Amino acid sequence: MIVTIARTELRRMFASVLAWSILALVVLVLGLLFSVYVETFLTVIQPRLAAQPGAPGVTDSVVAPLILMAGVLMLVVSPLLTMRSLSEERQTGTFVLLRSSPVSATQIVLGKYLGLLGFLAVLMAILALFPAALALGTALDWGKAGAGMLGLFLLIGSFLAAGLYVSSLTAVPTLAALGSF
Amino acid sequence: MPIEARHLFRFYDRHCAVRDLDLHLSRGEVLGLLGPNGAGKSTTLQMLSGTLAPHAGQIRIDGIDLLESPQEARRRLGFLPERPPLYRDLTVDESLDYAARLRRIPAREVAAAVGQSKARCGLGSVGRRLIGNLSHGYRQRVGIAQAIVHAPAVVILDEPTNGLDPIQIHEMRQLIRDLAREHSVILSTHILPEVEAVCDRVQILVHGRSVFDSPLSELAQAEASAYRLRFAHPPQHAQLSAVEGVTVAEAVSSGRIRVRLEAETGVEALVRRSVELGWGLRELVPEGESLEGVFTRLVYADRGAAP
Repeated sequence: MIVTIARTELRRMFASVLAWSILALVVLVLGLLFSVYVETFLTVIQPRLAAQPGAPGVTDSVVAPLILMAGVLMLVVSPLLTMRSLSEERQTGTFVLLRSSPVSATQIVLGKYLGLLGFLAVLMAILALFPAALALGTALDWGKAGAGMLGLFLLIGSFLAAGLYVSSLTAVPTLAALGSF
Repeated sequence: MPIEARHLFRFYDRHCAVRDLDLHLSRGEVLGLLGPNGAGKSTTLQMLSGTLAPHAGQIRIDGIDLLESPQEARRRLGFLPERPPLYRDLTVDESLDYAARLRRIPAREVAAAVGQSKARCGLGSVGRRLIGNLSHGYRQRVGIAQAIVHAPAVVILDEPTNGLDPIQIHEMRQLIRDLAREHSVILSTHILPEVEAVCDRVQILVHGRSVFDSPLSELAQAEASAYRLRFAHPPQHAQLSAVEGVTVAEAVSSGRIRVRLEAETGVEALVRRSVELGWGLRELVPEGESLEGVFTRLVYADRGAAP
């Protein structure tokens, strides 16, 4: 039952312009930052580090700040995702379908959250392409990059959970977005 | 019994929307819930469908207590609220599929259930269209298809013909009559002819209270004691009253006269006299205690004022 709700949630997200715009925006901003970081690394940082043994490498100076920026960006973007989930359903009256069906409140909330995590998984898969692109040209510290990605996943997961909670409090999506921000 | 509700109460702040309401629905019956706006029809249906908790009272769906085991009870009912709960960004098929799964239809039977409910609601050709692009009439049908996809014992429809054009209304009524063959139906409306067209029994709510509850067949029997007449050359009321079998004659609007008859044979005497004296009878309409009469009487009685 939870999976059913999550799957429909995910399907509806990708049926809307919003999800695609969010993906596009995130990839655009992070892509720009990524190229700036790579450029800085090649022209400024690398020549200085070349002399020192055991100095921080490309993972520290490109992947780590990229993940940091992704976290900051999602702080702004995740309310846009969560505002839909419960308050929009109440505003358009579709919540009645769930309420009149044999599902419990727990199942509804978990289903919604799982759907959001599904979207997050797609987003993370795209973000993982950035470090993967670096790996084509250089040796990456996979442990560090992986830990960073995991941390980012959990961080955004917590944003989404908080956003979902705020979304349950009001029937006005815009208010829900503001509140969770 | 598909629905049995006793002593329902529901308050909004201090305003009492539903007061001590008893309601029951027999198998295969279509019950019409009638009342002026704000009488508590929607509130009642929301409580019966488990989407709104009553403040007091008991509801049993197919013998299962809705408040004690809501999940079991909800499986047995389908609800179409005033605004159909439809996701505009899903197609008809997707949305029915979702509804079927939410109602715990086993995965293998979902496709069959969706197909069947689409066929019953005349949605065969629009399965792949987005709900957001459908006309109002079709959306209403998708709403009903969603409510019956799991073949519930009880179908609850809140103003199902609201906002439809006359042809769609006709089709919707046909559909509701069809539903009654397999399900018990309870619907709310403020359109009187609708009740007469589709319902077996009518219950009238005024200010959250049930003020009238009767099968329509009994109502029909009580009818036809009064007639409305129009003449080319209207006679004096005294002349009319003098006709054998006519008890009261009174003027109603625009040259029409209402008479009450003791028996149906009075009609013959009246027509004969009209021909003899050249009154020129043009209209003879049986009136009696129609549903409209009952309704107006009850609503106004409650307001404590005459119409």
